[in-house]
This record gives sequence, C-alpha cells and structure tokens, in this order.
Amino acid sequence: MAMEPLLRIGVLFLFLHLSVLVNSSPSHHLQIINAERRIDLTSHIIKVYLTLKVENLGTSPTSEVRLAFSPAEAEHLAVVKAAVTTGKRKKKTYVPLDVKPVGPPDGPNGTKFFSVTLLTPLGKGETTTLEVLYILTHSLEPFPVEISQSESQLVYFRDSAILLSPYHVKQQTTFIKTPRSRVESFTVVEPTKRAGTELKYGPYDDHTPYSYSPVLVHFENNNPFAVVEELEREIEISHWGSIQVIERYRLTHAGARHKGVFSRVEYQTRSGASGVSSFKHLLAKLPPRVHSVYYRDEIGNISSSHLRKDFLKSELEFEPRYPLFGGWKSTFLIGYGLPLQDFLFESPDGKRYLNFTYGCPLSDTVVDKLIIKVVLPEGSKDPAAVIPFQVDQHLETKYSYLDIVGRTVVVLEKKNVVPEHNIPFQVYYNFNPIFMLAEPLMLASVFFLLFAASVAYLHVDLSIRKS
Amino acid sequence: MAATDAQTSLRHAFGNVLAFFILILIGVLAFSIRLFSVIKYESVIHEFDPYFNYRVTQFLTKNGIYDFWNWFDDRTWYPLGRVIGGTVYPGLTLTAGTLWWILNSLNIPLSVETVCVFTAPIFSAFASWATYLLTKEVKGPGAGLTAAVLLAMVPSYISRSVAGSYDNEAVAIFALIFTFYLYIKTLNTGSLFYATLNSIAYFYMVCSWGGYTFIINLIPMHALLCIVTGRYSSRLYIAYAPLIVLGTLLAALVPVVGFNAVMTSEHFASFLVFILIHVVALVYYIKGILSPKMFKVAVALVVSGGLAVCFAMIAVLVAMVASSPTMGWSGRSLSLLDPTYASKYIPIIASVSEHQPPTWPSYFMDINVLAFLVPAGIIACFSPLSDASSFVILYIVTSVYFSGVMVRLMLVLAPAACILSGIALSQAFDVFTRSIKLQLPSLSIDSPVDAGDGSSESVVPDDTVKTDKTEDTQKERTSKKSRSRKSSSESVEKPSSKSQIKKRLSVLPLETSIIAIVLLVLLGAFYVVHSVWAAAEAYSAPSIVLTSHSHDGLHVFDDFREAYAWLSHNTEVDDKVASWWDYGYQTTAMANRTVIVDNNTWNNTHIATVGTAMSSPEKAAWEIFHSLDVKYVLVVFGGLVGYPSDDINKFLWMVRIGGGVFPHIKEPDYLRDGQYRIDNMATPTMLNCLIFVETDGKAFDRVRRTEIGKKHFKLTHFEEVFTTHHWMVRIYKLKPPKNRIRGKTKKSKSKANPKTVSKRKELKRNPF
Repeated sequence: MAMEPLLRIGVLFLFLHLSVLVNSSPSHHLQIINAERRIDLTSHIIKVYLTLKVENLGTSPTSEVRLAFSPAEAEHLAVVKAAVTTGKRKKKTYVPLDVKPVGPPDGPNGTKFFSVTLLTPLGKGETTTLEVLYILTHSLEPFPVEISQSESQLVYFRDSAILLSPYHVKQQTTFIKTPRSRVESFTVVEPTKRAGTELKYGPYDDHTPYSYSPVLVHFENNNPFAVVEELEREIEISHWGSIQVIERYRLTHAGARHKGVFSRVEYQTRSGASGVSSFKHLLAKLPPRVHSVYYRDEIGNISSSHLRKDFLKSELEFEPRYPLFGGWKSTFLIGYGLPLQDFLFESPDGKRYLNFTYGCPLSDTVVDKLIIKVVLPEGSKDPAAVIPFQVDQHLETKYSYLDIVGRTVVVLEKKNVVPEHNIPFQVYYNFNPIFMLAEPLMLASVFFLLFAASVAYLHVDLSIRKS
Repeated sequence: MAATDAQTSLRHAFGNVLAFFILILIGVLAFSIRLFSVIKYESVIHEFDPYFNYRVTQFLTKNGIYDFWNWFDDRTWYPLGRVIGGTVYPGLTLTAGTLWWILNSLNIPLSVETVCVFTAPIFSAFASWATYLLTKEVKGPGAGLTAAVLLAMVPSYISRSVAGSYDNEAVAIFALIFTFYLYIKTLNTGSLFYATLNSIAYFYMVCSWGGYTFIINLIPMHALLCIVTGRYSSRLYIAYAPLIVLGTLLAALVPVVGFNAVMTSEHFASFLVFILIHVVALVYYIKGILSPKMFKVAVALVVSGGLAVCFAMIAVLVAMVASSPTMGWSGRSLSLLDPTYASKYIPIIASVSEHQPPTWPSYFMDINVLAFLVPAGIIACFSPLSDASSFVILYIVTSVYFSGVMVRLMLVLAPAACILSGIALSQAFDVFTRSIKLQLPSLSIDSPVDAGDGSSESVVPDDTVKTDKTEDTQKERTSKKSRSRKSSSESVEKPSSKSQIKKRLSVLPLETSIIAIVLLVLLGAFYVVHSVWAAAEAYSAPSIVLTSHSHDGLHVFDDFREAYAWLSHNTEVDDKVASWWDYGYQTTAMANRTVIVDNNTWNNTHIATVGTAMSSPEKAAWEIFHSLDVKYVLVVFGGLVGYPSDDINKFLWMVRIGGGVFPHIKEPDYLRDGQYRIDNMATPTMLNCLIFVETDGKAFDRVRRTEIGKKHFKLTHFEEVFTTHHWMVRIYKLKPPKNRIRGKTKKSKSKANPKTVSKRKELKRNPF
C-alpha cells in the first residue's frame, strides 16, 4: 500500500512531464488531416514520398512543422527535403522549404525531429500541403544472410504502418512498392491490401501522436546493392587551363553474402538465373567535354570501359575486374580532365570560384563516406566553400609538381551520400596570376644556372702546377 | 700552318658539339624505342621477376634502407619465409628507390610504379652512352657513335629493357659496359683515378646482377692474355690490381655476395691472375735493376725454388675446391661450363625456358645483322691489335660461347656484338668515304674545311701524312696515351710514309665504294626496321595482359590481374595461396597474399612438395596443402582461350621436380607410351591428379587440340571459389576438414584408402 502514493506521484510526474513536453512543442496546435506515404523499395536506396496536409488548430500562427523519425531511421537518413505546392492544378509549382534537424530533447523512445520552416506562417484554421521526400540507406536487411550463386536475394524492410508524427493524424495511407511481385511475407495491419508489386496499408483513421505499429516486409530485391564504402574525389585546379579529377573508389556489394562455390560456367551460360543479385556493370555520369579518362586500380589498367560523350553529359560505362557478388569488394580509380572554363569563374568581387558537382558520379550507389578534396593552385588564399548542406570542412596542404609552399586543399567530408546530393557547390578563393609563372621561371633559372656553371667550369683551371 | 691549326681545332670543336648532340639523340632513341609497351599496352610492370623487384622497391621506399637490409619476408615460402635483404641483388632496387626519392624531394609526385617502369629505358640510354665511351677508347669516336646507335636498338637488349621490364639486367648491362669502359680507360691511361672509378663501377655491377662473375672472369682472362702475349705494362698492373683488391672488398659488402667474393670458384681466376701479375711485375722490376747475366741467374734460382712453392699452393687450392660437392661452383655457373649439367641434376634450372640453349633463329632475331658484321669487326680489331681491341675480341669470343649455352646470356653478347659491328661499320665507312673523297677533287675545293687535307690529287702523299697526323693527335687528345703507347704509334707513323703510295693504290673505285655505301646503309636500314619491329611487336607484351586480334577487333585477356585483384580484395590478409612457382612473385606483389613457393627457386624440396601435391590425387593433395596451411589453390588453364604456357603444359616439370624429391611420383605413370596426353588415352594417374582435375576443361582444349579425357569432375575436398572471365585462372578453396568420425566408418575408410596412409607417413618425413 505504501507503494501507491509513490506510484501516484510518479504517474503525476509523468503526466506533468508529458504536458510540459506537449506544451513546449507546437504540436498541440497542429493536426495532420491527411497523410499519404509512398515507400519505394525498388533499389537499395529507399525513397519515401510523404504528402502531408497540415491544419493549424491553435490560435497563434505557426511557421514550423515537425517531422519525426525513429532512431533507426534517423541513423540511415540521407536526405530530407520538403516542398510546398503553390498555384492551381495546371501551374502547380514546388517551392523548396528549409529543413533543419532539431537538437535535443528528443521525443519519446528517442524519436528524432526535423523541422520544416514554412514560407508564410500558418494562421488559425488554415491548411497547407507539404511534400516531403526522405531517403534511407542501409535499411534493407538481407535474409537469408548468405545465399549461393543460384539463389536470389531476399531482404527485410522494417517500418511502421502508421506514420510516426508528433501530431494527431486524422487519416493516413501507406503504399509500399516492391521491385518484383515476389513477396515472401508481410505484416498485416488491417486494412492491408496487396496488388502486384504494391502493398497498401490503410487507410487508418485518427491516430494519436507518436503512434507506432511495426511492420515487416520480406521480399525479393535483386537490384545491385552497390555501396561505395569510401570515395575520395580529388579535384585539382590548374590555371593553365585544366581541371584534373581523380576518384578513388572502394566498392562493395552490401547485399546478402555469397556462399560456397562460384562457378563461372554457370554464371556465363545461365546469366539470367545465376548470380542474379550480383552486378558487373557500373555507370558513371561525368561532366560534358571530359577528356583523358582513365580507369585503373592499383595493379594497372582495367580494360573494360566505354565512354559516350554528348553535349550535356558524358557517360562512362565500366565493369570492375570481376563481377561483384554479395560481400565481395573491389577498389579502382577513375581519373579525367576537364576544361577549366566550364567550371572556374570569377565572381564580381574579384574572387575566383570553382563550381562543381558534389556527390558521387556513379548512378544508384550509396557512398558511406565521401571525401572531396579541392586542390587549389599554389599561392591561392582565403578559401571558402559554399555548400547547400552540412559537411565537415578542413584545410590541408599538398605538394605537387615542383611546389615550394604547397597547395591549399579544401577537404569536404560527408557521410551517407546518395545521388540526391549531386548538386553544385562552390569554392571561392583569391589568386594572383603571377604565381602561374613561378614554376616556369624556376625551371628557366635552373637551366640558366646549369649553363652558367658549365661555362664557369670550362674556364676555371684548378691545376696546381702548370705543365 | 696557324690557320690550319685554327681550322682543325674549329673542326674538332664542331665535331665534339656534333658528337654531343648525336649522343643526346641516341639517348632519346634508346629511351623512346622502349616505350612501345607503354603506348601499346599500359604503364605496368611486366613478367614475373619484375614484380618481385617492384615489391622490394615499394618496401624500400616505404620503410627505408635499414629496414630493407633486415627485411624478413613472411609473405613468401610459407612457412620458411625469406630474408630479402640478404638474398637479393640490391642494385636495381636501390637505383629506382634513389630516383624516386630524388623526384619526390623535388615534389614531383611520381609513383614508385612509374619510376620502376621507366628505370630500364633510362638505363638503356646510359648504356648506349657507355658503349660510345668504350668503343671510343678502342677505335675512336666514329666507331663509338656507330656502336652506340646499334646498342640503342639492339633487339636482344630491348627484350630485357622495355618500359616495365624492371629487372636486374636493365641496370646491369649499363654497369657491365661502364665497368669495361673504365677498365679500358685505365688500361689506356694508367691512371689510378680511373682504376678507383672502375672498382666502384664494378661494385655497382655486383650490386645489380649475378652476372658480375662474367666481369671478374673476363678481366683476369684479358690480363692473362696481355701477360702471355708480352703486353705487360705498368698500365695493365694499375688497371688490374686495384680493381681486384678494391673490387673484391666492395663486392664482399653486398650481403648476397659476402664471403662468396673470396670463397667460391667463380672468383679464383681473378686471384690467380692477381698473384701472377705480381710475379710478372716483380720479374720486370728485377730485370730492370739487374744486368742481363745476373738476371739469368736469378731466374734459374727463382724458377727452381718458386715452382716447388707454386705446385704446393696449387695442390692445396685444388684440394680445397674439390672438397666442396659442386667444386665451389653454383649450379647456374656449372651449367654454363657444362651445358648438360642442369638437365641432368637440377630440373628447376632446366625448367626455366630462358636457361635453355638458344636456337639459330634466335640469334638472327636478337642481334640481326650484327651477327654478320661481327667477324668484320674482329678483323678490324686486329689491325692494329692493341690492349683495348684485344679485350673486345676476348669479350666477344667468351660471350658468344655463353650465349650458346643459355639463351638469357644473349644479353651479354649484344653489347659486344654492337661494339664490334660499330667498329666494322665505322671502318668500312671510313674506307669508302675516303676513297670517294680522294676521287672527288671538286668536293674538297667546295668546302674550305676540307681544303687542308684534300687540296688536290697531285699532293696526295703530303695530305695522307697530314690526315694520319691529325688522326694521331686526335687519338692522343682523347685518350692521353702513355709513353709506350706513343712510341708504338710513332712506329706506326714511320712506315706510314712508305705506305702513302700504297694507300693511294688501296683507294677503291668510285662506283664500288658508292655502291658499297648504299648497301651498308641498306643493311643499317634493315637493322633499324627489324629492331623497331622487334620492339613494337615481339618484346613489348607485358605477359600479364594477353591480347589477340580477331576479325571483330582486339581482345584483351586480363585474367591474371582479375584473379589477383579478387584474391587481394576478397580473401583474408593472412590466407596462404598455393600455386606453381611461376605465379609466386605476382601473387605476393599484386594480390598481397602469402605464397608457398615463388620464382626465387631457392628451396627445391619446397617446390617439390607443391609439385607432388599438384600431381597427387585430390585427397592426398588436400592433405599436403592442409599441412602447409594453404587455404586457396590457384591453377592456370589456357585451354579455353588457347594460352599455351598454362599449368597443364608445365605439368611434366611438376612431376619431374616432385619426383626428384618424393620418389613415389614417377614420370612414367603420367605418360602413355612415353607421350604426354590428356585425352581419353591418358593414364588414370594423370586423369586423377589434382592439377588435372582442377584445370578441368569443360570441352575442347584449344592449346593441345584434343578433347579432354575426363569431364565433369566432382570435387570433394576443394571447391571452386573463383574463375576468371576467360577461365584462365581458377582459384579453389580447401574445404575445412571434416569432423572426425568415430568407430568403424573410420576404419573402413582407412582400409579402403591404403594409399592415403602411406601418404601420411610420407608427410611425416616432410618437415612441414
């Protein structure tokens, strides 16, 4: 009996705590009228399109809408983008909105928040429709973990049938699209419907904030699980007219691990049925007007590549040395040259800036760790990088051909990069063109000294005794 | 006279500048003709041994010189390992490492690989310059330039020094020629400075290549020749004695040589001649201070006393040499002296194709027209015979012999052939152009420079004297001959006045000489065409990448690197890979995995163990490999694409080498009626042995043009884990040992397989 007051106090505190939480967050005032979620599982990069119709129930106008993610999702979240639709049906345009992660405190069970800032504050009783795209990586878990050459790859996908949200959700539906119609099993949360490659959860009505209903989908996914564990792109600027790019890849197949025999006979004769989850073709989209492309690894050239060039882009189609089965790894590097005038510009204030694309040129790959190194010419000062998303930045010095003071290297590091990160970034710096002449002058003076020394040597007589 | 002096000095200056630029061009030629491999294929290390050298260089550049000397390599010869620092000729590695270090300290970020790839072409440029210097010492600058051009593109040398062929020979040939040059230079000048340089060059040669024994035998032979033919002089003493003393001391500093420099028979000749030259020097000295009569008495005394001592010494020496089993000679040297030695006793040496005697066509392939010019060069060297030219003759004679024993030593022949052909060509041109010049008075009037010597036909005698004189002064200028030399040249000059008329008569008819020049130029052109063809087509393939031309374009077979890359990325770092020894170096360098045997065939037993495993049935092979802690077995099968040097063709050597140590492997078991066949007529032993099961051609074997005798094997102890795109390299993994089965199943098994038991016993004897 003595426990009871204690328990009561505890419950009271909990309530207090909750109410404080609820009061502190603006969730109280907002309500999601309709939520539609489309989860695309066709590749190993999971894209979730979320359409939210948000209504302000509160009295004061608010301009912040929060998105909630479970800790597992937050860990594998690569991109969160939000947009608001404006205009009527025909002239519908999307205006991108600012999305920021919200620091602690987290929600219940470690829920992480992202806040979307609306263009105009949402007044009382007003509604708006938000389009949210978020991308998850490494969220398909192969099961069975090891497969043999003839088997196809099955994966688990875990999510919730109900949208995790800090707000009350009036109505919601979730669609899950699988790559093929083969689905081993899926959790049923009535009403659940399956048609072809699509699974439909919902519609569900009236769910309180932080509702969660785990579902598990076990399905076939033979798309290449190409993951670049580390990619280092070195972009070297030469004011003599070219940009040299070297990209060092550490590629792995992150799907179900290969088990037992690898039979080349079977792989070559029954290419449709054998090693279906393996991949051997890769495609890199390079900038147009690319030249002197090379593709090699630490032991030499790899001879299996094709380059197609047109005015808009260049496409390098290549194969690693061997087909990659689950768990197999490969390293290689791609290098190419680009004309300087396509990427280097002068800003109005006299600074120069490099305008280059972030991200990985390979299509449909996840990069676990991307390091971009912009090697500025020797003698450049005040480097500053402008990037539309959060990256780790620091400076290094690199010594290249006949350098004396070394070149400044701007290093931009980011984890968990997906093709959506392929957007331009800029590096601004000051450069005095006189530095371009430093190395030619140095070489010229060395040769001059050499000749002067030889002339001197020929005219000096060091013999002690004249014979 | 002053005007003509000024003119001749101007001419000399002009000639020197011209020679300088020609030499630079020769260097460029030597370098660029070797780049076909980079242009046609890629900048990559070639073949087998260069991969080892490359790996050693990588280690050197990463860890520094001290770690390099102490490097114990545990990645090879598992579980024995190999002390690299003490068993490798470090010259090449140190050279490339130093080049790399210099470039990097100048902030030129070339990779170690790039430096290694281009070391050989750079050194072949050096080698052609050294040839110029050597031939200039022998027969003047004209012959020197011709010899340098010839050497820059001699196919035999190109075959060993194309870009990427990062082997000892690449720098050793330069060192060889340069050492010879310095020897001749010392011989001509008698300068201690050059003698010291000579021993340093010799030291570099010792560092670079085991072929240094050629130098240390050839130079004593020449010294002996000079002594015997009464050409002993103080210059010979200065050229010889410091080289032996300093050179031997320096050679002993190289860990791989060490005390071999004084202990092995390869070096004895040099010491014997060293003693002899001192005796001769003493005799000459005594002869100088004693009156002839006293000298005779002294000779009688010394001969009677000395002979006894000499015999005693020689007896001791012979006894010492005879006490060692191979007479103190290494296997390779012995197979040089007795060409049948290797095939009789050491199958490993005999199994290497480059240790076979060459065929006649390979002479034509490798030295081409030089083979015909060499005799002319020898004749030219005899008129007049000097110390230097006798050396060149001795060099060509010995190298012809050695190249006849081992095809690889064609490389030593090449410089000698170039030098002699250069001399021959240059002398021939000399004769022909002179006879043209003497018959074309208009030419001499036109050019004021030539006015001095070819003023007109009426004053021919006068003019020949002048030319002779200028030649002589030139010779003196260049080689700074010592007194005795000068006297001999003076003695040549005296009869020259008599021979003026003779010379006038020996002028060839104009038409003949023009035709002869045209023919010589054609010969040279043929040589150039052949050399370029050899460089472009025959010797540029890196052998790790194979190409074939078919109707639908070029096919690249990059299977070796595919397999090595797979090994390096998809196996554990400490896994052991077994393969036939040919692929050992490449596996350690490219796949970075531990191998059981490699191309440094220092342990015959170990290689025989692998050979035995390869030629045993699956179960027995599994046991041998398992006892060696092997996890992967790599076999090469060329049947699908028609690659002839695969493991099935090497298989008989595996049997022979394996059988040499483990007698239960018998060659006749694998042969049907003395024939090696793999079709349905093959013997059951053959069809069951591991290598055969593993290479497992599915259908038709294109190399041997036969249907494979047995197909669709079911492997029980190995599993195929990787096969390359064209099936050339197949990697098998040893299945883990089965759990021990208790009771009768085990008994019945051992009964059923008595062979396995004997195998086990055999394994116990095996140290691994």
